[in-house]
Amino acid sequence: MLSGWYFFKPDEARALEAIVDRLIPPDDLSIGGKDAGCAAFIDRQMAGSYGDSSRLYTKGPFMHGLPTQGYQGDATPAMRYRAGLAAIDAYLKKAMSNRGFAQLTAAEQDLFLKDLEAAKVDLGKIDGKALFNLVLQNTMEGFFADPIYGGNRDMASWKMIGFPGARYDYRDHVAKHNQPYPHGPISIGGSPDWSRKG
Amino acid sequence: MARKLPRKDVVIVGLGWTGAILAHELTESGLDVVAIERGPWRDTATDFNIGYVSDELRYAVRRDLFLQPAQETLTMRNTTSQTALPMRDFGSFLPGTGVGGAGVHWNGHTWRFYPSDFNLKSHLTERYGAARLADLQIQDWGVSYDEMESAYDRFEYLCGISGKAGNIGNKIQPGGNPFEGPRKRDYPLPPMEMTYAPTLFAEAARSLGLHPFPTPSANLSKAYVNPLGIAMGQCTMCGFCERFGCANYSKSSAQTTVLPVLMRKSNFEARCNSEVLHVNLDATGKMARGVTYVDGNGEEWEQPADMVLLCAYGLHNARLMMLSKIGKIYDPQTGEGTVGRNYAYQTNAGVQLFFDDKNFNPFVAAGALGQTVDDFNGDTFDHAALDFVGGAGINCIPTNGRPIGFRPTPPGTPRWGSAWKKATRDNYLKAFGFSSQGSSYAARGNYLDLDPTYKDRFGRPLMRMTFDFPDNDIRMSHWVSDRMEEIAKALKPRQYVQARRNKSWNSVPYQSTHNTGGAIMGADPKTSAVNKFLQSWDVPNVFVIGASAFPQNAGKNPTGTVGALAFWAADAIRNQYLRNPGPLVQA
Repeated sequence: MLSGWYFFKPDEARALEAIVDRLIPPDDLSIGGKDAGCAAFIDRQMAGSYGDSSRLYTKGPFMHGLPTQGYQGDATPAMRYRAGLAAIDAYLKKAMSNRGFAQLTAAEQDLFLKDLEAAKVDLGKIDGKALFNLVLQNTMEGFFADPIYGGNRDMASWKMIGFPGARYDYRDHVAKHNQPYPHGPISIGGSPDWSRKG
Repeated sequence: MARKLPRKDVVIVGLGWTGAILAHELTESGLDVVAIERGPWRDTATDFNIGYVSDELRYAVRRDLFLQPAQETLTMRNTTSQTALPMRDFGSFLPGTGVGGAGVHWNGHTWRFYPSDFNLKSHLTERYGAARLADLQIQDWGVSYDEMESAYDRFEYLCGISGKAGNIGNKIQPGGNPFEGPRKRDYPLPPMEMTYAPTLFAEAARSLGLHPFPTPSANLSKAYVNPLGIAMGQCTMCGFCERFGCANYSKSSAQTTVLPVLMRKSNFEARCNSEVLHVNLDATGKMARGVTYVDGNGEEWEQPADMVLLCAYGLHNARLMMLSKIGKIYDPQTGEGTVGRNYAYQTNAGVQLFFDDKNFNPFVAAGALGQTVDDFNGDTFDHAALDFVGGAGINCIPTNGRPIGFRPTPPGTPRWGSAWKKATRDNYLKAFGFSSQGSSYAARGNYLDLDPTYKDRFGRPLMRMTFDFPDNDIRMSHWVSDRMEEIAKALKPRQYVQARRNKSWNSVPYQSTHNTGGAIMGADPKTSAVNKFLQSWDVPNVFVIGASAFPQNAGKNPTGTVGALAFWAADAIRNQYLRNPGPLVQA
């Protein structure tokens, strides 16, 4: 399905795949973020208008704002990932015997992510908590978006929660209060059932 | 240097709801009309196609149909003592762009304001005394509900609104909103069929002696042919409504109710991807000569016209007036100037309920499919013993189950990991919420003007928004949240979680695209920018149509009133102005 990485370099991709696989770990409810394609999803987003902020207002001057004024930095999401993953790698290699995120045990990875989320990791000029929030947001986007974007492989998240996906006519079910919806999900790209027959 | 085009009778800035209605009405009078729209041409089959429209990431999260901040944004601050900074991304509100405007991707709640909303200052002063309003800058509209009734009716029938009347000719109708102003006839279509959550909400509200009723909806309960002969389909409750165009011709918009007729007229023309820079005034500054705009190739054109109608989004109407020097910009220190005055918003709060034994199928939904309780809205209840004015509609309108945005989990749930996943799975089908949509009453320090620092892509100043929730509105919202808590308890959930409204207004999380004021209507040119017919006091061949005209905002969605104002202004132009061009009200 994937034809290589559009934005991330191999080391970045390995680290990001390890991160998304802890944010959404494989367990008996679903596949993990890595197998679902969340890192590939983020990669493609970074290569487009989301990654380069080309739809946003990016004129200066850039000033430190109040929380009610929203993000006021001049770095685009793509720049934040590049610098952020490098800072995480440098931090961990120093603190964890020259191992990067992908080389940590699952327990060590979880501990680091919890500390990052709680603003307990000093990444120098980079706001670790804001970086964590960006990665978490994008990972969830990838896991729950339509599979056409490269994440949510086989509609894994939709099957898990019971979202029927890109269906467009529920008229037969409006009055069926408190009853489970009987059909599985479909994607904008269709359903595996449609092409596997015959 | 702008190249000059042949004269038109009327130039309309923006081809959304108001622009389309005005264009239709004025071309019926034989006028030669051009609409200049800065966004793209959009139509159902080509741009809201069922094959790809159900795309949450593209439309709801990346907001593909909306105005992009790179094209225009605003700066914001909460008080005049702060430095305004640009909203680099939109968050709290999401203006539209393109043909159909925000009417393409609205939810479709279609309200009439209450009679007492229109003469709010007089009404509240008489009932509670002037001291109660001392901290606010509440004003009368200069137009009455009775004058607006027929315009509301025409908009509702244009749209095929699905609802249940509560008051026909002063006779209260069972099942409707008993507090509404009298209407001359019922809605064109019956209410939508109810999903489970609003049904339970209504039962709980009734058990408390309240008066729930089906929310008036522009998602159609049945197939419909409107007075222009345009056919629409029954809503399929797909749950891809707000932030999406409707693929099914089931949500009222300019595309589904006006444009199929308007676009065939030889005396109408739409020019898309063309942004109006300013209205051109003559040497006296008292008459508009037309507009100057930049087309999609970056070329500048001058379009002369006898009349200019500002039909952009309300905020952009106010900015265009400022950039064109139509009227004087409001100064909060002196209280002088009218353009930018009385910017208001919406004061919302919510509650989420979690159950163990119920399945709500949240994806079976439509933008306006739900139930409303209006017992605590506007002045439907006695405020004598209370410490605020205004109120809120309480709405149970679950609009979607789209899972990037809708993943309810109880407080304390981790945001990631296996525990997060389990809670997400366990609660997705078993939770719903309802919310209060509160009035937003004008205050002296809440206003719009031009930013001194930040510029748009053409080098023009961005508009600056200075806003925070007035104390009155915060007190109102908390009191209504207490009432919502009573309804929540009556529903007997496993757990309910309130989201109360507090200061300060935060521009980041989405709240409401109900920005009002900035070019308000009224009877006094000292305190209003346009007269009761939405005609500029200063430049009488300019009309400014939209929620920009609201002197303050009610606890209701604005589009019904915006659509009615479009018909109201069109009538004034057709029946009065064209016969005798000039001020329709003497200052």
